[in-house]
Amino acid sequence: MESPAEMNPSFFLVILLGLSSAAYLLGKRRAFALAGPGKGSRRLHSRPGYYGMLTALWCIMPALLLFGGWLAFSDTLLTTLAMKTLPPDMQNLPPDQVNLLANDLHNLVAGHVAARDINPILQKAADQYIGFRRIGTAALGLIMGAAAILAAGMVYVRIRPEMRARNQVEKIVKIFLIGCSTLAIFTTIGIVLSVLFESIRFFGKVPISDFLFGLKWSPQIALRADQAGSSGAFGAVPVLAGTFMISSIALAVAVPIGLLSAIYLSEYAGPRVRTWAKPIMEILAGVPTVVYGFFAALVVAPFIRDIGALIGLNVSSESALAAGLVMGIMIIPFVSSLSDDVINAVPQAMRDGSYGLGATKSETIVNVIVPAALPGIVGGILLAASRAIGETMIVVMAAGLSANLTANPLQAVTTVTVQIVTLLVGDQEFDSPKTLAAFALGLLLFLVTLLLNVVALYIVRKYREEYE
Amino acid sequence: MNKQPSTMELVNRGLAKRYRRERNFRRLGLSAIVTSICFLGLLFISIAANGWPAFFRTEILLNIHFDKSEFGVDNLAAANYGALVKNSLRVLFPGVKGRRDKRKLYKLVSSGASFTLQDMVRHDPSLIGTTRKIWLPADDEVDLFNKGYIARDLPESDRRLKDNQIHWIDTLSAEGRIKKSFNTIFFTAGDSREPELAGIRGAVVGSLYTLIVTLALSFPIGVAAAIYLEEFAPCNRWTDLIEVNINNLAAVPSIVFGLLGLAVFLNFFHMPRSSPLVGGLVLTLMTLPTIIIASRASLKSVPPSIREAALGVGASRMQTITHHILPLALPGMLTGTIIGMAQALGETAPLLMIGMVAFIVDVPGGFTDPAAVLPVQIYLWADSPERAFVALTSAAIMVLLFFLICMNGIAVFFRRKFERRW
Repeated sequence: MESPAEMNPSFFLVILLGLSSAAYLLGKRRAFALAGPGKGSRRLHSRPGYYGMLTALWCIMPALLLFGGWLAFSDTLLTTLAMKTLPPDMQNLPPDQVNLLANDLHNLVAGHVAARDINPILQKAADQYIGFRRIGTAALGLIMGAAAILAAGMVYVRIRPEMRARNQVEKIVKIFLIGCSTLAIFTTIGIVLSVLFESIRFFGKVPISDFLFGLKWSPQIALRADQAGSSGAFGAVPVLAGTFMISSIALAVAVPIGLLSAIYLSEYAGPRVRTWAKPIMEILAGVPTVVYGFFAALVVAPFIRDIGALIGLNVSSESALAAGLVMGIMIIPFVSSLSDDVINAVPQAMRDGSYGLGATKSETIVNVIVPAALPGIVGGILLAASRAIGETMIVVMAAGLSANLTANPLQAVTTVTVQIVTLLVGDQEFDSPKTLAAFALGLLLFLVTLLLNVVALYIVRKYREEYE
Repeated sequence: MNKQPSTMELVNRGLAKRYRRERNFRRLGLSAIVTSICFLGLLFISIAANGWPAFFRTEILLNIHFDKSEFGVDNLAAANYGALVKNSLRVLFPGVKGRRDKRKLYKLVSSGASFTLQDMVRHDPSLIGTTRKIWLPADDEVDLFNKGYIARDLPESDRRLKDNQIHWIDTLSAEGRIKKSFNTIFFTAGDSREPELAGIRGAVVGSLYTLIVTLALSFPIGVAAAIYLEEFAPCNRWTDLIEVNINNLAAVPSIVFGLLGLAVFLNFFHMPRSSPLVGGLVLTLMTLPTIIIASRASLKSVPPSIREAALGVGASRMQTITHHILPLALPGMLTGTIIGMAQALGETAPLLMIGMVAFIVDVPGGFTDPAAVLPVQIYLWADSPERAFVALTSAAIMVLLFFLICMNGIAVFFRRKFERRW
């Protein structure tokens, strides 16, 4: 598909940068000129650079807004325009099919279609799309330039020595700072909306009670009526049970090891051991999860299977035990560093009181320090649990795909995250319950981890206040 | 008469037992630490042992005759380079007859050998018509055999390399036509279905682009948010809400960010699938909490006397921050950012959601090109059935860990060099 060279919109940003530098210099020079020669700059309200900066900021902001708006909405606008050029019988198709057409159109525009598959009518629309885009891009450039020059010019003519340039610049910067800090809220809203929206569509097709209490999970929808084993059942219980089992194994590994090492590091170890052992344990948290997943699949799972074979047990090569064990290793540092913090926060006076009564160190730890630090430790364990539930790569690589409702850790089970990955990787159709089910699972995952996190953070914070 | 034992006696009687318990408890603690360090050691050793051989590859020396009749006049790329390799193998083993045996013979050399020859001819067309001794990459099975992964005494049906192939390899080896050399393809090529031709360059470049997007967005936004929350924000409901949100986002599973990216960036804004741009955006949202929390801690550690001194000589709050607080807090912020970037570099799950799992051979050339990143490449190779990919996966993990260790090392260096205790 040959098309004449198009202007790259990001090129406008470079021009805009140049314009704003010019605006800065002009504004600064005008401030100097108005102030008069010599020590006249004392008559200015702000330092001359602020006049330049204000001019430059006004030069950039409106143009940047326009640019952002174009990036966000151009595609929707252009698609609508291009679809209008299609013959009416194609436009009046049901919404699903129109979406498909729009998808084909995008592929054509991007040139991802082999030449022989091109539908001439759609190709015409795609050419229209490219034509509109060229016009739009050119218009965008002109409007951006005009807006930049106009806004900068308005500030430029308003520059007076008594103008409060610094305050205005600082106000703009502060608005930017506020905007950045609210991004966290928008992210959360975005997560909730994106998962909720698709989940509601899913619950429109599959009743919510079937999803929460159903005992069978096989999300493959039958293509033919007589197909075997693809009934499309969406009962999340086996998936949740699998998640629960693997997370429990992980916690059973991580909590004792993490807690004991935290106790040893904070109560027994000398400063030298601490400076070495602590960073080494932190490395465990820094290793990417995909590496743990590979380790679990390559080393741990075969090892467990061989041991099982030795003592006559039938162990699946994707056993929950292997995935849980490796996940446990991964969350050791979470448990240990959080416990370390709370153990160190226990006041020294409590230790001294216990020693004064003649208790040994271990008795002090077991009877005084751990009970005192318990809320914080529980908070840490909850955070570790939420981490284990949401962990993806280890289970994707080492746990199974089929949903078994079993209590045997030597069998293969599947987890929420594994199902999300398997349902969403590859070709997706956004109207089949199969794809939407992934979002419902995502919603469940988000809610469960959110609950754990909020409770854990609340406990930890309450606990800190108690000793501070 | 039985005398009632005194308190001292009771205490002394239990003392040995209590001391023993004390020692055991201490040992238990130590063993917990030793266990986790052992796990770490086992992880590293098994990866290194598996990955080391992938840095070398087996090559076969062939006398290639660049037969003039094979080359057209104008299009050097159209020539049948595979035939050149086959011819030279036939010359080496004239005794091999029959289609099946011949095919087995040709299989000793990698299918990538023809590309090597093509490149050579393109660089130096004067080769045509001459005969050269050239080292060509061996097939992955030959490579595995040469590295000792395929046992000779295995029954023939259990291995892909058949008896006569092993016999040919032995002959070649006796003639000094087989050697192991450093695997440059691993560092210069993109992904491939053939293990001996697969490399990590595409993934490394993809990771680089993704990290550039992440850094360019998350550092300024994170620092700005931290400055607002630490220096300007009034104590009210809104600020509390923002703080709770940030703390909670830091603990949201990464795959949920992937769902957000899929629903918002791909399905709503129609951004290009599997591009470093979208990957960078998703990772930005994911690493922001880390950076904000680290930056706030760093701002908090600047003593208030510096703020008050600046305000005292008439600086505005913004000037105080930009001229005094920020330069002092910057090293701590950079440390936090580097650690956040290291997290982003190792992250896989959210990138799977936005389609970065496609099989991509080309090295990406920009932010909107389809790309793979290093951890995703590791995941894809770990899924491949060929035995040779195990070594490649481990080697790619070694490269990933190398980058992570470098980044964390830089962070530690920053902390040591610039940290000031007030």
